[in-house]
Amino acid sequence: MSFRAVNLAFEYGLSGATFELPRAGFVAIAGPNGAGKSTLAGILAALRHPYRGSCVYDGREVRDWPRRDFARCVGFLPQTLHLEFPFTVEQVVFMGRTPHAEGWFDSPEDRRAVEHALEITDTAGFASRDFRSLSGGERQRVILASALAQEPETLVLDEPATFLDLKHQLAIYRLLSDFARGGKLVVAVTHDLNLALTFADRILVLDQGRVSAQGTPREVLTPEMIARVFSVQASIHPGPHGAPHIFFEGTT
Amino acid sequence: MTRSIWISLAVFAAVAIAAPLIGSTHIDLTRAWNGLSPDREILLYVRLPRVLLALIAGSALAITGVLFQCLLRDPLAEPYTLGVSSGASVGAVIGICLGFRAVGLPALIGAASVLLIVVSIAAEGRRLSSFTLLLAGVTMNSICFAIILFIHNLASFSQSFAISRWLMGGLDAVEYSTLAWLSAAIVPITILVLSRARQWNLLSVGEDWAASRGVPSGRLTLLGYVAGSILTALVTSLTGPIGFIGLIVPHALRLRLGADHRVLLPCSILLGAAFLAACDALSRTVLAPTEIPVGVVTALCGGPFFIWLLRARRRSLWM
Repeated sequence: MSFRAVNLAFEYGLSGATFELPRAGFVAIAGPNGAGKSTLAGILAALRHPYRGSCVYDGREVRDWPRRDFARCVGFLPQTLHLEFPFTVEQVVFMGRTPHAEGWFDSPEDRRAVEHALEITDTAGFASRDFRSLSGGERQRVILASALAQEPETLVLDEPATFLDLKHQLAIYRLLSDFARGGKLVVAVTHDLNLALTFADRILVLDQGRVSAQGTPREVLTPEMIARVFSVQASIHPGPHGAPHIFFEGTT
Repeated sequence: MTRSIWISLAVFAAVAIAAPLIGSTHIDLTRAWNGLSPDREILLYVRLPRVLLALIAGSALAITGVLFQCLLRDPLAEPYTLGVSSGASVGAVIGICLGFRAVGLPALIGAASVLLIVVSIAAEGRRLSSFTLLLAGVTMNSICFAIILFIHNLASFSQSFAISRWLMGGLDAVEYSTLAWLSAAIVPITILVLSRARQWNLLSVGEDWAASRGVPSGRLTLLGYVAGSILTALVTSLTGPIGFIGLIVPHALRLRLGADHRVLLPCSILLGAAFLAACDALSRTVLAPTEIPVGVVTALCGGPFFIWLLRARRRSLWM
């Protein structure tokens, strides 16, 4: 077990969520606007406090974890990043090494992790560029590289693909799915139920601050649930390659 | 990375050695060494303490500029953004009108009071809201300015002259004992700030970004504001407000060296010190025996240079 939450609530957004997440796999968090998805991601990443109820990671209440130790286990990806100052791509990725770093200089271990992260996110080609000169898709890959350089066992993401075109959305989800298959846990807030259906092993649907449904995407994502939570009429049919696909038809 | 620090160190050393030798009267080093008057007195009791004060003040203002721009994530932030210097000025102006001969202490009290007010406005529990801090600072700046105008209006002719001189900012020869307690406060704070260089990198991106990478954002933000404010308050109480250094030195260095605080901070300390000492040397010599206020020199030398730097960068970015 990684995260276990009981009656988890926050001053806004969440009002009593109870759930357990596995140690490895790809978990999608879905729900309509204002359901508490981002708040939940923030609490899981130890960024929103004080929360009420309980949220335990690896046997220890999230609020009681020493920050640095927690950051070695759990990485967080914001939706996007606006930099005021001229950091290079490589420097942004190196920031992911902070919870491991000792002293003033970067260690060979840090350098190795950063090079690996740049390579698998296909960002090594512009490692020395000013982060602010990148496009939205490039930025998102660099932020992901920074989180991968952190070498966490769990990644929490708040809508990682919001600002990306289709190709880059798929690329990011493939990377996350590879990461999860390597025995790690990915918890991603998403609006896109079809991406969740394609990539997630489990899905947690939030509605008005509570968990409305959880299970495998095929169990959970039914026309009834979508009508109840999202107020949208939908039907689910196999796509051209046999995998199910959700079609949206109108509001209920 | 280390190369830029070595170059900065060389510039710092060159200015630190040259500045005491430059001035309105020529001094002979051999005569000064042999203890002959007046060369020895001019060097030891007029030039050297003044240059040392310039070096300390320049480095403190530059480091605070880097810190405040980082914490407020605002390129326009500078050491005086939080109102510390206007607080110091109110204290000094009141001191002048009460007939004090040295206004360092009232200036320090003024700076501390304004800082306390601003921080207590912006405190939300144990965190500081940068946005509120910025607005509170700007507001306190205008309130202090109004108070200064009001007092200035009531002041006698000679007091009025003293007030104007203080508000222009300037360096004077100070006692070595003053320099000693100044460094006793500034050196440890500077080392503390330097030792957190890696963490400032993450904080300059964002508080959540830093927190999710293991940096204690709230505590460190508070530390940064307090450290920078103490540096500014101490220096300003002795020199009055000297503009431009805290704004321009960090920017100019970021344009050349990038944003990594492990390079930016040491270079800002060294070159901020060198820049102020060099400007002071100019202010003493250009119209000698009259002195130009050093704030005028920093703005007149630094401004055009900075504009050139901005244009050079724009060309390289768009080409």
